[in-house]
Amino acid sequence: MTALTMAKALNAALGRALADDPSVLIMGEDVGTLGGVFRITDGLLGAHGASRVIDTPLAESGIVGTAVGLAYRGFRPVVEIQFDGFVYPAFDQIVCQVAKLHYRTRGAVRMPLTVRIPWAGGVGAAEHHSESPEAYFVHTSGLRVVAVSNPSDAYFMLRQAIACDDPVVFFEPKRLYHVKGEVDLDAALADAPPMGLARVVRAGSDATVVTYGAQVTTALEAAEAAADDGVSLEVIDLRSLSPVDYDTVAASVRRTGRVVITHEAPGEAGVGAEVAAGITERCFHHLEAPPLRVTGHDIPYPPAKLERHHLPDLDRILDAVDRVLERPHSLSEAAQ
Amino acid sequence: MTYLPSTTTDPDTDMGPVAQVITPDGERIVDPTLEPWVDGISDDLLVDLYRDMVRTRRLDGEGVALQRQGQLGLWAPCEGQEAVQVGTARALRAADFVFPSYRESGVQLVRGATPTELIQVWRGEEQSMGDPFIRRTAGPQIIIGAQTLHAVGYAMGIQRAEALGEAPSDDVAVTYFGDGASSQGDVHEAMVFAASFGAPVVFVCSNNQWAISEPVRVQSRTPLAARAPAFGIPSLRVDGNDVLACYGAMRWALERARSGSGPAYIEAVTYRMGPHTTADDPTRYRDPAELSRWRGRDPIARVHALLRASGALNDQREADIAADADTLAAEVRAACLSYRTRDPLTVFDEVYAEPHAGLEAQRKAHSAYLDGFEEGVS
Repeated sequence: MTALTMAKALNAALGRALADDPSVLIMGEDVGTLGGVFRITDGLLGAHGASRVIDTPLAESGIVGTAVGLAYRGFRPVVEIQFDGFVYPAFDQIVCQVAKLHYRTRGAVRMPLTVRIPWAGGVGAAEHHSESPEAYFVHTSGLRVVAVSNPSDAYFMLRQAIACDDPVVFFEPKRLYHVKGEVDLDAALADAPPMGLARVVRAGSDATVVTYGAQVTTALEAAEAAADDGVSLEVIDLRSLSPVDYDTVAASVRRTGRVVITHEAPGEAGVGAEVAAGITERCFHHLEAPPLRVTGHDIPYPPAKLERHHLPDLDRILDAVDRVLERPHSLSEAAQ
Repeated sequence: MTYLPSTTTDPDTDMGPVAQVITPDGERIVDPTLEPWVDGISDDLLVDLYRDMVRTRRLDGEGVALQRQGQLGLWAPCEGQEAVQVGTARALRAADFVFPSYRESGVQLVRGATPTELIQVWRGEEQSMGDPFIRRTAGPQIIIGAQTLHAVGYAMGIQRAEALGEAPSDDVAVTYFGDGASSQGDVHEAMVFAASFGAPVVFVCSNNQWAISEPVRVQSRTPLAARAPAFGIPSLRVDGNDVLACYGAMRWALERARSGSGPAYIEAVTYRMGPHTTADDPTRYRDPAELSRWRGRDPIARVHALLRASGALNDQREADIAADADTLAAEVRAACLSYRTRDPLTVFDEVYAEPHAGLEAQRKAHSAYLDGFEEGVS
């Protein structure tokens, strides 16, 4: 076991993928000489050469579109989109080509692309640098969508994404890039939990909190605070947003009967809405209260100085927990 | 250094400076740029090009007829564009990889597409023409210009073949697109990537003057071929109704790409005689006199005149070619009418290469639903 930041873990995963499989290529803006604006690709150019670690022109559709052609030719491109809000110029290539070519050709053309996206807010960034676009991709059949929450998952899930024969949109929470965690760099990839599985990161009995990405940290803080108040919260890290591992989620909700879903992205037609519906379909008779969502507001991402009012924090999660437990909360008369 | 826009020609009425080696009257002339690439071309090859153009036009007519009879949902006619499609595609090797738009039926035919493949997309039975690796030709691309990036990426892959343990090759990737696509960002990004990486890719722009109802002057105030040099890509502007000029231009472009000199660009100035698709009505936006003017530049008629004058085409050979085209049309019609729609549950196949829990649940549910019908559902 080694203590690594998520940034170093991702770097190690890319280095390992390049070393293990000659068909793997890294492409993106500034990924070569600079080593990426977050240094995720640091040192890879020196170790593997400019033919495999490709500094591209500054054109997102061009990066993804040429990666499609490289995949046609037998490569497994790993594309870096520099920031979440910059993925939109590549949206057409991702949803119309990357997602559909396997289906369109009835399996003749494989698109084993990994699209890495430094993602979401909480780092005081400028406009377009803190977005949570995951729902757009979850809504697109043909893509797999995953989000990591710790260095160990970052290391293994990135390697799994690159090895996957389907295209994977891979979300990396920027605000966790420099948080350390234990990673077993020598463990076999086959022994790591598959990237499609959710994980119970904290066991509890009174209510289930379902979340993903950096919000896992916030949910765990909320669970710690709730425990001080005598409330036992189970916290589930979805890890995969498409497909969602409903076996793990439903098993928890059937025990607790109460669920809060939280994410940074706006709530309207978001992943939380999908998960709430999926839980309701599977667990209706076990539910003691309606599933609740705690999400970013349905607003454009606000200026950095105001983002703490947008991002669901520990107290907003606990307030929703009080609601599903039918305890006094911000919307109850007792609070007014 | 100051750069000023060059004088704009009006592509609707003015062919402008285009390289040509066969005049609309069927006279063989010399173009200094193209001559080295068409010099010594045999009559047999010219007859082959003529045959392919006749077959393409016959296929096109059959496609329109089948659509009018309700057998196809849509057809995108290419009448008038046979020379650029056949001339450029015939210059390719089997190992080269082609990324066309939806209008390149003639390219698909030259690349060996079967009658069934030629109609299955337009019949609504499949979303592509099948396995693109069999004839190294992707199916019709519907998103305008998207395929140009795929060709550049494929060409970057050719440059890296050794990484896959394969022998280096001088294969080339080729992409076809129209004048409308020349306005798309993807086409510009494709040229940036191609030039920056020196990728072995050939851009073939079929300037057929109209993007549905938008004339090319809405897309550009300069000849489209003038754009490529600004990206660092040499270009040729050729008469797209002159099959030999298209063949020669493609040989020039392929030779550049094969020899490691990087991308090349061809603007083939041609004309779409029919509608954009069978859903379009060009009489709403086109002057009939314009159509009639372009009919005088028919790509098939001029080769016919040249070959008849030289004696390479006699009555018997011409009749054989016409019969061959009729046979193709009959095969396409038979393939169309005999098509049987596949099992409905196969719509869930191949969305993913690996199992996907959510989709598997949906397939199961839909299967159970279909099983509830006593008569069965097809």
